[in-house]
Amino acid sequence: MLSFLKEHKFKFIGYGLLLIIGIIFPIVSPNRYYLTVATLGFIYAIAVYGLNLIVGYLGQLSLAQAGFFGLGAYTSGLLMLKLDLNFWLALPLAAIITTILAVLVGLISFRTKGHYFVILTLCIGVIINLVIEKWDSLTGGVRGLIGIPLPNPIGPLEFKTLESQYYLVFVFLLITIYVMNRISSSLLGRTFRSIRNSEDLASTLGINVMYNKLLGFAIAAFFTGIAGALYASYIRFLGPEISTHHLTFEFLLFLLIGGQATVAGPLVGTLIASVITESLQFAQEYRMVIFGLMLILIVRFFPGGAVGEARKLKVKVTDFYNRRKAGNYPSGPGAGSSKGKLGVPSKGESHVTKN
Amino acid sequence: MDLFLQQIVNGLTLGCIYCLVALGLTLIYGIMEVPNFAHGHFYMIGAYVTFFMMTLYGLNYWLSAIIAGIVLAILGVLLERLVFHPMRHTPATNKFIAAVGAMLFLEALARVLWGSDYRNIPSVYDNVVQIAGIRTTEQKLIIIIGAFVLMAALYVFIKKTLIGSTIEAMAQNRDGASLVGIDVNRVAMLTFAVASLLAAAAASLSGPIFLVYPGMGNIIIMKAFVIIVIGGMGSIPGAVIGAFILGMAETMGATYISSSYKDIVAFAILVLILSIRPSGLFARGVR
Amino acid sequence: MLLKTEHLTKNFGGLTALNKVDFEINEGELVAIIGPNGAGKSTFFNVISGFYRPSSGTIKFMGKEITNLETHNFARLGIGRTFQTTHLFTDSTVLDNLIIGYRSKTKMGFFDAIFYSPRSRREENMCREKAEEILDFIGLLEFKNYPVANISQEAAKRLAIGLALVTEPRLLLLDEPAAGINHGETTNLANLIKKIQQSGITVCLIEHKMKMVMNLAEKIMVLNYGTKIAEGTPKEVSENERVIEAYLGGVEHA
Repeated sequence: MLSFLKEHKFKFIGYGLLLIIGIIFPIVSPNRYYLTVATLGFIYAIAVYGLNLIVGYLGQLSLAQAGFFGLGAYTSGLLMLKLDLNFWLALPLAAIITTILAVLVGLISFRTKGHYFVILTLCIGVIINLVIEKWDSLTGGVRGLIGIPLPNPIGPLEFKTLESQYYLVFVFLLITIYVMNRISSSLLGRTFRSIRNSEDLASTLGINVMYNKLLGFAIAAFFTGIAGALYASYIRFLGPEISTHHLTFEFLLFLLIGGQATVAGPLVGTLIASVITESLQFAQEYRMVIFGLMLILIVRFFPGGAVGEARKLKVKVTDFYNRRKAGNYPSGPGAGSSKGKLGVPSKGESHVTKN
Repeated sequence: MDLFLQQIVNGLTLGCIYCLVALGLTLIYGIMEVPNFAHGHFYMIGAYVTFFMMTLYGLNYWLSAIIAGIVLAILGVLLERLVFHPMRHTPATNKFIAAVGAMLFLEALARVLWGSDYRNIPSVYDNVVQIAGIRTTEQKLIIIIGAFVLMAALYVFIKKTLIGSTIEAMAQNRDGASLVGIDVNRVAMLTFAVASLLAAAAASLSGPIFLVYPGMGNIIIMKAFVIIVIGGMGSIPGAVIGAFILGMAETMGATYISSSYKDIVAFAILVLILSIRPSGLFARGVR
Repeated sequence: MLLKTEHLTKNFGGLTALNKVDFEINEGELVAIIGPNGAGKSTFFNVISGFYRPSSGTIKFMGKEITNLETHNFARLGIGRTFQTTHLFTDSTVLDNLIIGYRSKTKMGFFDAIFYSPRSRREENMCREKAEEILDFIGLLEFKNYPVANISQEAAKRLAIGLALVTEPRLLLLDEPAAGINHGETTNLANLIKKIQQSGITVCLIEHKMKMVMNLAEKIMVLNYGTKIAEGTPKEVSENERVIEAYLGGVEHA
């Protein structure tokens, strides 16, 4: 047990810090405004965790995610407004409906590959957005949905205050992080990563690529739907713009800032982006100018994101210490006898060649 | 019947604009394998340049259009050099994200510089003309004629010049075993220049009948993607055919089905096509 | 008989890459496929490992027709393969590479993962043990914690074979295993291939290094322009008129 603790030292420290900071933040927060920013940030972070699963772990750039977010939000909002459903029923229903739609979308879109997949999911996102915008009688069209109820109380727990809403969202965030961490460190996460690395190789190992992509897509949509439902009852107003591809791009930016295919990345990225946004208050219209540039600079120079680059740095530092300790770094098997390192094929290309 | 013929002209007009934008997109995709998300925003900037040349400097419409073309060609080359060229060996996803970044940047920049107002390029040719019983405006005729002249020019450029035929060969056959000794850099820059110029031309031509605003590139870029997916990504004739199919489908859909859902038509067509043929309508199947 | 193809044909557009190939591999054999470049060898591999669907013809494996199965089912039935360009999961360690190879033998799913069920723990251990067993077999156990990017090309080749072995194949397809490595390493690799055969796995390889093929293979099929032109023992094949002609006529110097 002790060795287990030692091995996962950083993880435990990370979780402990997250828990402590998360709990005391409302108490120490200098003003209530920061609390609203943090709550919204956590909601987005849940959606970004979904995106991370599909983009980071499975390597499939799905641009329909804001569509799913909008779908979850509108489903929950409509269920509560029009059918008077309890929040605790509307939220899981919204997540499940989003998941079912995502599976249908996945069945179509995972038959395509590469750029076709990206463009197809983008178009599906646009369709969801246009349907929300044009289906006036149901969704209120461009006027939106107004007056979505607060989450219903659980026994004595009420969600009328900002603090209680913050803690509610925080609990959902913790659940999300836990699930993502479990996926990431299990065989399932390995399976997803192997598909990102090389679909061809994964399928020669007997991995059902289509099934696993669908599974990842469904899990991602489930959490994105939850995020949408939380958003609906937190902001209490919904407009069609929450389902546009612009929001997908923001999620993507958050993910890239934090680091894709890492467990901490989505939260770190969303928080960093929120801080930047808030510190740019004086020049709100410059926000996307800066974010657009950031997106380019990150993929060009820091594709690992904050967490990924920090990890790389850690590897370098450990390597440096190991060298100093051991005098020299042990060389690989048969190193020097061959042409040095192997030429590695780049990701995302097919290596099945006809002669 | 009159309405139908009228709609054919409208569909043709729309198809022409789509065609000019989609041709650039497919050329860039063919050469660089970059789905250039910023292409629609080049179209937007082209419209703004034309607008300001005419309103601020009082230049003539045609001269403004030519200046817009030159400015955009330079911008295109800059984008290629600064973003896509350094990233040419990175995974496809990264290039795509960079293109998205360029797109967000350009749109936000336009908002900052020029505001979010809707503007209109002053129309010099808004007389109604009647040809064979069809009523239309001079501007629409200019769009159709202008687009066909540009397409013809592109055709001549591709078929009759060495560098043009190189672009075509590279676009259609990326392995390009027979293309040893080609200056890939020059081809890439030229492709971006030509493609951006076409986007500017589409904007100048359509500016007088459409509104000019920072987000105007968003819908057109997605439709251009739909078109090149229909036509097979990288295919030049495919882009032309796809553009006219979409232009007609949208116009007819808006007239005879529902005008509020007309924008969905394009995306629904794409989803339908890719559901049936996952690698596009004209792609050669492998497996 | 382990694998049998009948009239196997594959067209790419107008090009016939594989033309009515009949071929049999018996259990426990070590067979090789040779032929000039562009003869259709890799296409044949890609078809019998489920990567390409044949245009016509059938594939039978252990008496069952598998022609139209999906790729991953070929692997699950026991056809393992390597690729011409060494194919590994480049951003993980040697051990991690092999662990995922055993995934198809495990059953844990999403709920096992989130609840950390006994099954998920048991299966993770199974995968790890299997991976170490194979690492030992291919002689890379001591390097298990190395990043794949830091091992030599020859080790990477062995690891790629190991990855195919983790899936517990009955038939192992090796696509040019000795390409790009030197003479001494080729000998080591040939020994490994022999060892694999002795452990009871049927091996079929594509190889350009003739000396290795002649020493190793019990049966050879020769392809030229997608057509089988000869089949037999190394001695028979090397004396076959059509084979000599194909090799002399071609550009390829074997």
